Amino acid sequence: MSRIAARFKTLAAQGRGALIPYLEAFDPDLETSLALLKAMPAAGADLIEVGMPFSDPSADGPVIQLAARRGLKAGATLPGVLKMIAAFREQDQETPVILMGYLNPVEAYGHARFCTDAAKAGVDGLILVDLPPEEADILEQPAQDAGLDIIRLVAPTTSDERLRYVLSHASGFVYYVSITGITGTRTASAEALQEALPRLRAATDLPVAIGFGIRTPEQAATAAGIADGAVVASALLSTLADTLDAEGKATDQTLPRVLNQIKDLAAAVRAGEKKAG
Amino acid sequence: MADPAEQHSAAAQPNSLRHGPDERGHFGGRYGGRFVAETLMPLLLELNTAYDAAKADPAFQKELDFYLRDYVGRPSPLWFARRMTEELGGAKIYMKREELNHTGSHKLNNVMGQILLARRMGRTRIVAETGAGQHGVATATVCALFGMQCVIYMGATDVERQKPNVFRMRLLGAEVVPVTAGAGTLKDAMNEAMRDWVANIADTYFLVGTVAGPHPYPAMVRDFQSVIGEETKEQMQAQEGRLPDVIVAAIGGGSNAMGIFHPFLDDASVRLIGVEAAGHGLDSGKTAASIERGRPGVLHGNRTYLLQNADGQIDEAHSISAGLDYPGVGPEHSWLSDIGRAEYVGATDDEALKAFQLCTRTEGIIPALESAHAIAYAAKIAPTLPKETLLVVNISGRGDKDIFTVAEHLGVKL
Ligand SMILES: Cc1ncc(COP(=O)(O)O)c(C=O)c1O
Repeated sequence: MSRIAARFKTLAAQGRGALIPYLEAFDPDLETSLALLKAMPAAGADLIEVGMPFSDPSADGPVIQLAARRGLKAGATLPGVLKMIAAFREQDQETPVILMGYLNPVEAYGHARFCTDAAKAGVDGLILVDLPPEEADILEQPAQDAGLDIIRLVAPTTSDERLRYVLSHASGFVYYVSITGITGTRTASAEALQEALPRLRAATDLPVAIGFGIRTPEQAATAAGIADGAVVASALLSTLADTLDAEGKATDQTLPRVLNQIKDLAAAVRAGEKKAG
Repeated sequence: MADPAEQHSAAAQPNSLRHGPDERGHFGGRYGGRFVAETLMPLLLELNTAYDAAKADPAFQKELDFYLRDYVGRPSPLWFARRMTEELGGAKIYMKREELNHTGSHKLNNVMGQILLARRMGRTRIVAETGAGQHGVATATVCALFGMQCVIYMGATDVERQKPNVFRMRLLGAEVVPVTAGAGTLKDAMNEAMRDWVANIADTYFLVGTVAGPHPYPAMVRDFQSVIGEETKEQMQAQEGRLPDVIVAAIGGGSNAMGIFHPFLDDASVRLIGVEAAGHGLDSGKTAASIERGRPGVLHGNRTYLLQNADGQIDEAHSISAGLDYPGVGPEHSWLSDIGRAEYVGATDDEALKAFQLCTRTEGIIPALESAHAIAYAAKIAPTLPKETLLVVNISGRGDKDIFTVAEHLGVKL
């Protein structure tokens, strides 16, 4: 069983959803982001999304755009990101790691070579924002051969008919983009999420995580309760950005403040109960 | 206007190069496509269906023809550039006068088609990206014409170097949003327009200004711009009794070039030359020559030649001309380059400045700096060609917007 499937299975047995925090690789530098990655599981991360910085993140809001820019400035490359994951894997063999980013750097690396190297580094799944199932043939076979899940985004705009098509290309879990918009802007209401879930459940047996616009412990608990997991990205990256000094360098506040926020999110998610959804 | 029957027969030829793209939006099985976030996919599919329906509806074509004639001012003349021809002493140079369109460039051909489509689709709010501001002005113009809300994203650098167009757009009632991400040029404006669209899907139509972006934009914009080449074919037939030998057009995203090339793709005797902005020189590292100095990759919804580093991060383009300052190119051009049907060359900032003055001095036509790149290459090859060679340069826009930039480069203070 893959690490992703195993983790969701364990959590389901515990009757709670997953907290899935996001960090941007090399933000604001390799050491800090690796230290953050290593400390995340103890702070309460059940799965971790690691952003691969890209120069033109056209589906992301200002917070992730700036994080990507800091990462690139600090020298992020895909080989560097994979090395960082490999270093994390030396100490943690259980927490699933999902790489999230855009297609072009993967294309430059080589689709098949990237899948092989990512799996070797200890990556469990890929989310490529600008690779819809219509274009995914280039990556699906190499990913499957390497044992990597391709996590599919579905949106409120995805029709029932299209949902079946998209989910026939999904593995690992399903990422429900809860708003129509870019990251870090709006937040969906609990009612809207309650309404959306049955549609997804009817179309897939995969676990469902909700992301885009989840900022507070309450929102995370609600989403993780309604679905099987909550992704928190921009809220953590804003906190990180707030702790940087005038030159954009990490300070002694950077790790503790981000990790404390993850602890608060995790406490709320763990206290929450799974609702039928 | 080309005869629809003729268009139909060209498309029906089994080996026609005008069939593309396939239903996935791929040209030559490789370029183009729909590389966008899931939120946008249903919208692109809806747009595809709506465009196919409009294309098949004679009422839509009739409405478009009306606006092209009475509002845009088509057809545009094919002008024999006698003094420039004499001065260069070679090929007979003709100019396709797209700068005479309302708003001063070829951009309105496409914008007119898409605004009518947006209205058919019931959209009330238009977003668009712009580089030189010509597409933004054209878009703001039709929004004024039809009373629609208009938001234009423009790189902050371009807002600075294309001030007259910014003012024009605001007069036309558009909101112009300066984009400070990246180098603040067309690429960044495109990112921001896509972000707006994804956040406002219910009422918003994204009016793409060139033959780039996800399918169906490259094919749709090409279709709307093909009126340039169709007219050129007829006009050359009327004036010279035959096809032209060489067609030269500037390449930003590639819409004016694709518009004049496409009707000639199956006419193998016609040499098609796209002129990219070489900036400070093709090997200077400060260039916008995506085909000549880029590699295939994925940006803004399609696979095409891109200026990028070894890690697949997109490089900043450089050109004196804001309209050419883009690190990508329309996917159909990438394909035409690979199969050798069209040639892609570069003209530098300096060569464009010289051509700008040459055209103004010999023909009394002040061309856009974008178009000056095409003129520069035409002027370079014309003297090497026999006198009976018929060479057409696409004058995609007029240069009033550029006089400040040109003055500055010539050391003149206005
Ligand atoms: C006058 C003019 N010509 C050419 C271009 C380049 O665009 P394209 O290559 O799509 O024709 C522009 C773009 O702004 C323009 O304003």
